[in-house]
Amino acid sequence: MSVNALAPASDLLVDPMIPREFAVVATRLDTLDTVTLALEPLDGIPLAYRAGQFTMLHAFGVGEVPISICGDPTGSGPLLHTIRDVGAVTHALVTASPGATVGVRGPFGTGWDVTDGKGGDVVMVTGGIGLAPLRPAILEVISQRSEYGRVVLLYGARSPADILFADDMTRWAEQYDIVVEVTVDYGPPSWSGRVGLVTALVARAGFDPLRSLALVCGPEVMMRYAADALITRGVPATRIRLSMERNMKCGVGLCGHCQLRELFLCVDGPVLTYDRLAPLMDVREL
Amino acid sequence: MRTLAEYLPEHPFLAGLDGSVMDLVVGCAQNVHFKEGEVVFRPGEPANTFYVIRHGRVALDIHDPRRGTIVVASLGDGEVVGWSWLVPPYRWMFGARAVSPVSAVALDGACLRGKADEDPAMGYALMQRVASVMYDRLQDARLRLLDLYGSPM
Repeated sequence: MSVNALAPASDLLVDPMIPREFAVVATRLDTLDTVTLALEPLDGIPLAYRAGQFTMLHAFGVGEVPISICGDPTGSGPLLHTIRDVGAVTHALVTASPGATVGVRGPFGTGWDVTDGKGGDVVMVTGGIGLAPLRPAILEVISQRSEYGRVVLLYGARSPADILFADDMTRWAEQYDIVVEVTVDYGPPSWSGRVGLVTALVARAGFDPLRSLALVCGPEVMMRYAADALITRGVPATRIRLSMERNMKCGVGLCGHCQLRELFLCVDGPVLTYDRLAPLMDVREL
Repeated sequence: MRTLAEYLPEHPFLAGLDGSVMDLVVGCAQNVHFKEGEVVFRPGEPANTFYVIRHGRVALDIHDPRRGTIVVASLGDGEVVGWSWLVPPYRWMFGARAVSPVSAVALDGACLRGKADEDPAMGYALMQRVASVMYDRLQDARLRLLDLYGSPM
């Protein structure tokens, strides 16, 4: 069966297996090993996406990797991806210069659907580069800030030098009444902020657990402990959403590389609720 | 600011202790203040005191000749600093420094050790509380040992 045979008629013109060409229009070095690429489509048709979705980014001649979109889904700017240099493909992407062409397939997967949190509090727990997939959800909240109650962002990084989007977090706190708490695993004596696990911040954070939506993104071990801390605080598992990472390849639920028992994370995820994930995360073989 | 007799029984670390035990604890406590940057204790010094932070933040650090001083943990409002007072040889393993103005309650660990030796039930109640803090810190340390945010390569 061809992929297009599964797609609705309106999508038949776009083959999800063929990358569209995008030009790198700007790059920003976020940390020593992390770069944000700003991309514009060569065909002029912007890529519509939901906060939390990912694309398959193609470095021509090298390969393809799944990268979460980290731009503003409510805005009209370039397509943003924040990429950590961890392998051959990501290295090719983070070293791409303005004017270079990369391929983009997608967007794929489920989103944060943060608007489900309207009328209540939103608490986000994230670590490392996990802040990048959450950034669109934060920007979505900001675009309708008055619709939400308390908004809390708890972020953990390896060291002060590894903190992503520091300027953004300062602005979110100062201009949009977002409570931002940052902690690092270790720091120099000049660091006057917190040192410790991000999950430890959950117990003391100011939010109403029974009327909160929780979004969690980061290394899987961190997410498990964060989710457990949220459960301990009284947040229902159905109101805790995690962004899962597996070996996404096709992006359309065909190849099975990203399978987590009955779930194909590229289409059933990456964002899933903890009540569905908790039993699966306990199984080592998955 | 509330008095020690009002503040300490409500603190999670001490809540639930018997009235007579609480009286002993309050009797071994005093308010202290540290300026930003002031050393609370140094590694190797006798550990006869521990602290409950009322306001402010304390950094625990260790010095490595190659990497310099590294802050390995920080503790804030309501948290407890120090357990070396309870375990021989009663010397601080890490240093502690106020990274902001700190108001804290200093508890005389040597005094409490003596009381615990005399009253094992009181000592057990105290040890349960210290064990809970140590458990949390151990879990924290183990997870950070994984270097979760480090490069997967």
